[in-house]
Order: sequence, then C-alpha cells, then structure tokens
Amino acid sequence: MYVNLEHISKRFDGFQAVREVSFGIRRGRLAALLGPSGSGKTTILRMIAGLEDPDSGDIRIDGLRVNDIEPSRRGIGFVFQNYALFRYMTVFDNIAFGLTIKKEKPGRIRERVGELLQLIGMSGLEKRYPAQLSGGQKQRVAFARALAPNPRLLLLDEPFAAIDAKVRRELRAWLREMIRSLGLTSIFVTHDQDEAIEVADEIIVTNQGRVEQMGSSLELYQSPATPFVVEFIGASTPVPEISALKGFDGTPPGAGGAVRPEFVSVYAPDEQVQYAHTEEAIVRSIAFRGDSLELGLTLKGLPLTAAYSLARAPLAVGDAVRLLIRHLYLFDGGQVRLLQNSAYGNGPSENFYSI
Amino acid sequence: MRYRSRRGIPGFRLSLGLTVSFLSLMVLLPMLSIVILSSGLGPRGFWEAVSDPRVLAGYRVSFLCSLIAASLNSVFGLILAWVLVRYRFPGRRFIDGLIELPFALPTAVTGIALATLYSDKGWFGKPLAALGLRAAYSETGIILALTFITIPFVVRAVQPVLEQLDRSYEEAGRMLGASPPQIFRRVIFPEITPALLTGFGLSFARALGEYGSVVFIAGNMPFRTEIAPLLIMIKLEQFNYMEATAVALVMLAASFLIMFGINCIQSRASSFVRG
Repeated sequence: MYVNLEHISKRFDGFQAVREVSFGIRRGRLAALLGPSGSGKTTILRMIAGLEDPDSGDIRIDGLRVNDIEPSRRGIGFVFQNYALFRYMTVFDNIAFGLTIKKEKPGRIRERVGELLQLIGMSGLEKRYPAQLSGGQKQRVAFARALAPNPRLLLLDEPFAAIDAKVRRELRAWLREMIRSLGLTSIFVTHDQDEAIEVADEIIVTNQGRVEQMGSSLELYQSPATPFVVEFIGASTPVPEISALKGFDGTPPGAGGAVRPEFVSVYAPDEQVQYAHTEEAIVRSIAFRGDSLELGLTLKGLPLTAAYSLARAPLAVGDAVRLLIRHLYLFDGGQVRLLQNSAYGNGPSENFYSI
Repeated sequence: MRYRSRRGIPGFRLSLGLTVSFLSLMVLLPMLSIVILSSGLGPRGFWEAVSDPRVLAGYRVSFLCSLIAASLNSVFGLILAWVLVRYRFPGRRFIDGLIELPFALPTAVTGIALATLYSDKGWFGKPLAALGLRAAYSETGIILALTFITIPFVVRAVQPVLEQLDRSYEEAGRMLGASPPQIFRRVIFPEITPALLTGFGLSFARALGEYGSVVFIAGNMPFRTEIAPLLIMIKLEQFNYMEATAVALVMLAASFLIMFGINCIQSRASSFVRG
C-alpha cells in the first residue's frame, strides 16, 4: 500500500473524532473518504497532511512513517475546501508560491507555472486576482498551486462543495481525468455519494469516527458490510420487523433490516403472479425517474419504495397492488446479511438485481 | 440616474441625502466657519500668521509626534490584537476591556497621571533620569501621551479582521513550505493591511487634535515642545481668533490631505479583493 493508516485515533476536547482507523491506498489510485458531517473524514485527511497530529497510530506514505515529519516535507499537495487562494496575489503568484518558498530559479518558476496554466486551461489569466475568477477557475488554480511543487500525494477537502451544481458535474469529470492522466495518488473528502461514485476508484465510508467499509462503488452497493453502508449508499427503506413479512417468517423475531427499491417486484391488480408470498400494498405516490417509475407504497403500514418499469400496466395512486419482496438485508448486530424470499426456495438467487 | 448603489437595497436618494445633510451640519459647517473667520486676515496676514517660526515649530512637533505615536500603535496595536484573537489565556477578557480605557478617561487625568509617573521624581521618570533620559517635558512625553490616548484605534480596527481571517490561508502557506515568518509576511500581513492603515489613520488624526493630555506632560517650551493645538489655545486666550483659526485651518488642510492619501492607499490595497 502506498498510503497506509494504522490504528489512527484522534480526540478533540471531549469529542472522539477518529477511532482506530486503518486503511491503505495503492499507488496511483483515486480514493474518496465518504461520510456524513462529523464522521471524521476531514480529520483523517488533515492528519495525513500533518495539519492535525493523531493521538495514536501510524501514518505511512511509501513505506515511510510520516507522523513526525513537517507537513510541507511529506510531499503532499492539499486543495482546501474554500481553496484558500491568497487574495492579494495574482494567479501566477498563487501557483508559484510553493516554488518561490523553495527558492527555485525565476526562470524555472516561470516555466513550471506556464506548464500548469496550460494544464488547467487558464493560460493568459495569470495576472488575474482570485476575486476576478469564477468558482471553477478558483478550484483549478488551487489544484495547480498544490501540484506546482510536484507532490507524490494529492489531498482534496470537499473539492466541489463551493461550486454550483451545474459547473460541478463538469469539474468532477475534469478533475477525475486530470488526476488519472497524471497518475497521481489522491484522496478526496466528500459527503456526496454521487460524487464519490462518479469520481473515485475506491470509496472509504466513514461514520462516527470509524471506517465502516472500503471498496469500489459496486462492492459497497452490492455487498454492504454494515447497516450504515446500506442506508448511506444507494436508496433503501428500513424494515423494523422482518419476520412480519411473507417469505421471511423464518427470521428471528425483532430483527430489522432494509429493502432496496429493486428488491421489490410490483404486480398490477389483474396481473398473474406465479409466486406465493405476495403481499397486498397500496400505491401512495408515483414519481417519474426517466427509465422507470418510482412507486411509494404502504405495506401493512410500512412505507416502501419500488421501481416499476414504464412498459408495464399503468398504475394510479390509490391502486391496490400485489408485491413480492424478493430480497432484503437483515441487520444482525452490526453485520448485514442478504436474505432471499423463501418463495424462491433456499438456494442463492443469481439475478436479484433485475427489476 | 447615473450614480447607482452597488447593492440592490433601495433608498439610495434618501440615505445619500441624509449623509450629505449630516456631514454638512456636523463637519462642513464648522469647518466653513473656520475658513470664513480666518479669511478676515487677508492673504498677507494669513501667511504671516501661519509662517511664524513658533507656529511652524508647533506644526513640526505636532505632526512628528503624532506620526511616531501612530506608528508605535500600529506595531503594538497589531501585536495586542494578535494576542487577543489568537490565544486563550486567563485574563484575556480583562485585557480586552482595558483597551477602551484611554477613551473613557478624561484626557487631563491622563496627562496628569503620565506627568506624575514620568517626571524626574516619578516611578518611571527617576530611573530614566538616572540613565540620562528625560521623559516628561520633552518630545518623548508628548509621544507617550499621544500613544496612550490612541491605543484603541489600531487594536479595534485589526481585531475583527484577524478574527474573520480563515485559518486555511495559513495552512495553505504551511503545506507549501512557508515558515511562520513567511506566512505572516506574505499571507497574513496583506490581509490586515487595509485595517492597519485605517487604524493608523484614525490614530494619527486623533493624535493631531489632542490637547488635554499633552499640555500636562509636554512642558510647553516654545519651539521645542509646544504643539500646534496649544498655540491655537494661546491665541484664543489672547482673543486673537483670526490667527487661531488660520493656524487651525492649515492643520485641517494637512490632516485632510494625509487622511485622503491613506484612504487612497487603503482602497488600492483592498481593490484586489473586490475584484
């Protein structure tokens, strides 16, 4: 592993921000630290940078323990959430800052800044001040400033938070391509799962100072390790009492879980259903989702969401439909198990992601 | 309308009208009366009144001491503001409360207290005198009094700016390898320069007009420690109103030019941020 965190903990007066966090990131990968606010993700990032010191645990970059190494000597480029561009310096001076501190030759600095301006597509704007730039341009300047001293690891704190939604999509794609083409190992912090899924190779889900799970977006979605990951990644509806549902009667009473919309098959009132174990439900809402409809349903007082193909018999709000919960997640003491409706028999299902 | 407000809030005409009336009544009218009064001297008399060597010496003392006092406060006020904003220590609120005290104290009290402390027999004056330094009844005394009464300006101008200053600027500097002095000089100092200039300008203007505290500690020796406001008072006591206003007018014009200059520099400094 290129970047390695081993049993990192951090406490701020009275508040345990990070608890025993360990993970590793391979060289050249783009990783996301994803979690709700207060989950410790920014603190983890700042500890890797050296802007905070961990209370315990080791941080290694390329095999070297960096805990006691000055932030600027760790070979890290850091992009701040608000970009922290120096307001009284031009774009050129901002990007050149790290190089002038290192007392590089003026000719070499001009060359490197020119290169970076070209890279971020802002040649000709080097005399502007940050106040004269758009949000997206500021982010790109912050990116170039962090890259100027040739870091081996790039850290970005909520890089898209300060940008309006329209520009954000473009910038995500831009940043992902840029980082990939440079082959630079990078970690960014976000609270937005779409952002993490779209940009990152791997996602580290944090919650209450712990790492819940680490993996690709597909892994997190298909085999969530904890109830938190089920709720946080993708859509799901909680089910407080699983044993009350038909086809799951075997589960111990009191056990709860969650259902994803695509785990539920909905049948129109006059449709033939080949399975037993269907339940009666009422359509409460219908929302158009482009390729399908999203149905809001109530099943014995339990609200559920289900996807429904546009090609099927049209439904109206208030219709009584039949539905089959093909699968659900059972929460078992912090673990998650995928259960299959006993209507399918006991063998594992092959294609439980089809609608 | 050609002159529009920069924000969308309405009421431009009303607020500008109020501003102009208020400034006219409170500032311009009294100033105008000074101009009118002093114009009774005629150009030749006016010139003689203001170019009198004793008056010129008074200007020199006033402007020089005010400049030094304002500079001293820029340095120490900045340090004070820094300590109050950046550190948490017992007694911080107490010190914060002390800052305004020079404003609340009647200036005569300040003058008498300082004169007692710094006279050749005072607590500070005695050891200083032993070293051959004379604090009271010299320019040093004037500077001391002026510094004391203008302490709050720089502190209170810089404090809110330092409080608002996002820590990520310093962290960005740190990540890029800047040392603490480099971070201060290249990142923090430009951010607080406009506020520092404001504080400097206010201190300077206030020091120029100060009279009450200075007369007690200055010794008021003509040509050496006589400040311009004191000369004006002397002329007033001699019922020489026209010459008094003439001296005042020159001070006013000079102060205005200096303040205008400072404002121009300041607005240039903050133009980068407005974009």
